[in-house]
Amino acid sequence: MNPSPATAAGPQTGPATRWDDDPVLTVEHLTMRFGGLVAVGDLSFNVGHGDITALIGPNGAGKTTVFNCVTGFYKPTEGRIVMRHGPGRQQQAVDAVTASGLRYKAANDGAVFLLERMPDYEITKSAKVARTFQNIRLFGGMTVLENLLVAQHNPLMIASGFTFGGIIGLPAYARAQGEAVDRAVYWMEHVNLLDRADDPAGDLPYGAQRRLEIARAMCTRPELLCLDEPAAGLNPRESAELNQLLQFIRSEGTSVLLIEHDMGVVMEISDHIIVLDYGIKISDGDPSFVKSDPKVIAAYLGVDDEAEIDVPEVRAEVAAVIHEAGSGAQAAGPTRPEGGRT
Amino acid sequence: MATTVDAPTAENRPAGAQRDLEEQRRAPLKTGEDPQNTLAASLKDAAAAALLAGVLGFFFLALRTEIAPGGLDVSARWGLWLASIAVVFAGRLLLNLFVFKTRRPVTQLFAGRGAGLGARLPWLGKAVGAALFLFAMILPFFITTVFPAQQRQYIDLAILIMTYVMLGWGLNIVVGLAGLLDLGYVAFYAVGAYAFALLSTHFEVIGFWTALPLAGMLAAFWGVILGFPVLRLRGDYLAIVTLAFGEMIRIVLLNWYDFTGGPNGISGIPKPTLFGLEFTRGEDGVAAFLGIEYSTIHRFIYLYYIIFILAIVTNFVTMRLRRLPVGRAWEALREDEIACRSLGINTTNTKLTAFAIGAMFGGFAGSFFATRQGFISPESFTFLESAIILAIVVLGGLGSQIGVVIASVVMIGGIEMLRNIGFLSDIFGPDFDPVKYRMLIFGLAMVGIMIWKPRGLISTREPTIALKERKRIGADYVAQGEGH
Ligand SMILES: Nc1ncnc2c1ncn2[C@@H]1O[C@H](COP(=O)(O)OP(=O)(O)OP(=O)(O)O)[C@@H](O)[C@H]1O
Ligand SMILES: [Mg+2]
Repeated sequence: MNPSPATAAGPQTGPATRWDDDPVLTVEHLTMRFGGLVAVGDLSFNVGHGDITALIGPNGAGKTTVFNCVTGFYKPTEGRIVMRHGPGRQQQAVDAVTASGLRYKAANDGAVFLLERMPDYEITKSAKVARTFQNIRLFGGMTVLENLLVAQHNPLMIASGFTFGGIIGLPAYARAQGEAVDRAVYWMEHVNLLDRADDPAGDLPYGAQRRLEIARAMCTRPELLCLDEPAAGLNPRESAELNQLLQFIRSEGTSVLLIEHDMGVVMEISDHIIVLDYGIKISDGDPSFVKSDPKVIAAYLGVDDEAEIDVPEVRAEVAAVIHEAGSGAQAAGPTRPEGGRT
Repeated sequence: MATTVDAPTAENRPAGAQRDLEEQRRAPLKTGEDPQNTLAASLKDAAAAALLAGVLGFFFLALRTEIAPGGLDVSARWGLWLASIAVVFAGRLLLNLFVFKTRRPVTQLFAGRGAGLGARLPWLGKAVGAALFLFAMILPFFITTVFPAQQRQYIDLAILIMTYVMLGWGLNIVVGLAGLLDLGYVAFYAVGAYAFALLSTHFEVIGFWTALPLAGMLAAFWGVILGFPVLRLRGDYLAIVTLAFGEMIRIVLLNWYDFTGGPNGISGIPKPTLFGLEFTRGEDGVAAFLGIEYSTIHRFIYLYYIIFILAIVTNFVTMRLRRLPVGRAWEALREDEIACRSLGINTTNTKLTAFAIGAMFGGFAGSFFATRQGFISPESFTFLESAIILAIVVLGGLGSQIGVVIASVVMIGGIEMLRNIGFLSDIFGPDFDPVKYRMLIFGLAMVGIMIWKPRGLISTREPTIALKERKRIGADYVAQGEGH
């Protein structure tokens, strides 16, 4: 259980890449089974520090399952998930904490967290991984501002002296709440929701709800932000705004891991793309590499039946790849929903 | 594969509940059927209901067996049977014509008016709250001057209502804010009452004021103990298990004879003192100390003020907690537990604090109950009590503090008042006791509220913080939490 960087990154990439040298998140041999269904099978990849990394794949490929494992909502059947604060692989600390049975270890200029050992709320609180959901999960009956304050629960809880100080009205809490509101205002400005601060979140249009969910995740001050299909249901203008927002988030120093079906978003902003199919990684590399990978084209066959793949040679290659993938994921095969490819 | 930004981006539409919600919002309001069919359909429906009533009532109403010499004697009551059928037919027809099958249900009329009022006059809630507070503050003196003949009865009633207000406010933390349906709240009421009763009867030095915080702490402790295994459950399961825990506490109290006195209860619980002074006629009584003439009513006035202050403290703390991170986390928990966990909130601890703080206020109220009665027994802590408190919270509107007050006054005060209304016994005969029909009236009130305002009297939510303008949030957006 201590793979070298090369195996963790997968065979598709050539020489060591940026995300292998300086990963913020490393997923190693992740397997998630639901009964007989292998939703994710022996998946390994790195998410580079300061990158926008995209996780793509057809419907039912297991992308959301990977997210749920990373953020602690599912306990993986097998595998190790390492989150790092600070630069570099910190291999020594990773080995030490794995051997020790602890959940995390603070090194001199960083810290290492083994996410598969931590409960979900701890992952956000200590390991600083925030997420959004494929089906938006806002606090619909609370205002936009309240949503953003709930996201700052942990620091505010300390400031309120675990409620006791807040009840007697300590000035420190009022100050901390003021700062929390400032932070909320900062993010409301960046997602263009400042004029709706006092409206219930459930009253916002769909696109605004998506942006609010991102803002709320950012209010937890994450090192890594995991977005599950943030562009779903957005119109082209909103989608373009989302691209800018994600680039802004990256410039703020937060790494982004993104599930997306919209290739416009993916190809334009990602630094690194990982392609899943039947819970298995079929490609891993930068956008230009992935775009021209025949396995990826094969996986997306049936939706993008564009002229470019209607070439005899490609077809032959595709058939071979399908055969290969089919034998590699037998358990997942029969349960795969039909015609669900996007 | 790569598309430009201008092209339609995603085939994905909002999924699941989100999509349903959007569609619901977009869809035109569906009301009733075609007008020409309304009457026919209503008649048909009413006839079906009448038939059902006839069938069901045949053996209960139409036939009556009486013990006669030599066996049973069957007599028929056709008048009663036909009358019941006619009542069902007429009632169902009217409901169909004016509520169920009409384009404009009369109930909508009320609902629209009520909701509009709250939205148009956001200060109304505050004004009503302040007025009620001032009135409650002078209430005993108001009663002694206006109704000197019945002062004792009315002050007693005011104390009773205030106790239910306090219990309602305590339960509101658990059910209204945190959205955890607790059907066993009376357990904590019992823990508080027994804690005070046992402490004060076993230890001379412990009086009401020293026992009060101890009883609250003990109830909170029990809240945590009971909460820990229970809070992993969701929705209906939580409700059922809390109900069971409530009953278990009562049954333990009933059977642990050596400790609790079993069904005989505990008597001789001391009355509260005012800075060590007792409300007695003697030299060292409060009246003598203050130099006023002794009257038994003083003790009742004093009791009223104790429960008034306890209730106000409950309200104050709750309002304060709502504006603190715990309170916001409670409400967030009610809205979406999974989202809470994704934001780093330890949901187990958050639920436990709600349970513990709710239980603590229940414990305070229990101590007060013990000292007011001077005697307690497990009979005072049945499931019915939990149900009444929950009914007050639900009818008042989950999470609404004023709603609880209004509901308590109406439900507790209203029913007590029925006793005094003379004309009811003129109509129904001299041995008509409206208190016997308490549960029927409760039920009718529930049904009425559920038709008129399904989310309770005050269903809007006040935001805990505002950037520019504090707008009340409509009930449609606010989630009710688990098990509702
Ligand atoms: N809790 C669960 N129990 C059983 N099966 C599950 C569970 N969660 C996911 N699965 C299955 O795992 C597979 C992968 O699902 P997942 O939601 O991860 O796909 P996805 O890549 O996110 O798809 P989409 O693009 O539609 O969101 C699916 O076959 C799904 O039915
Ligand atoms: Mg998904």
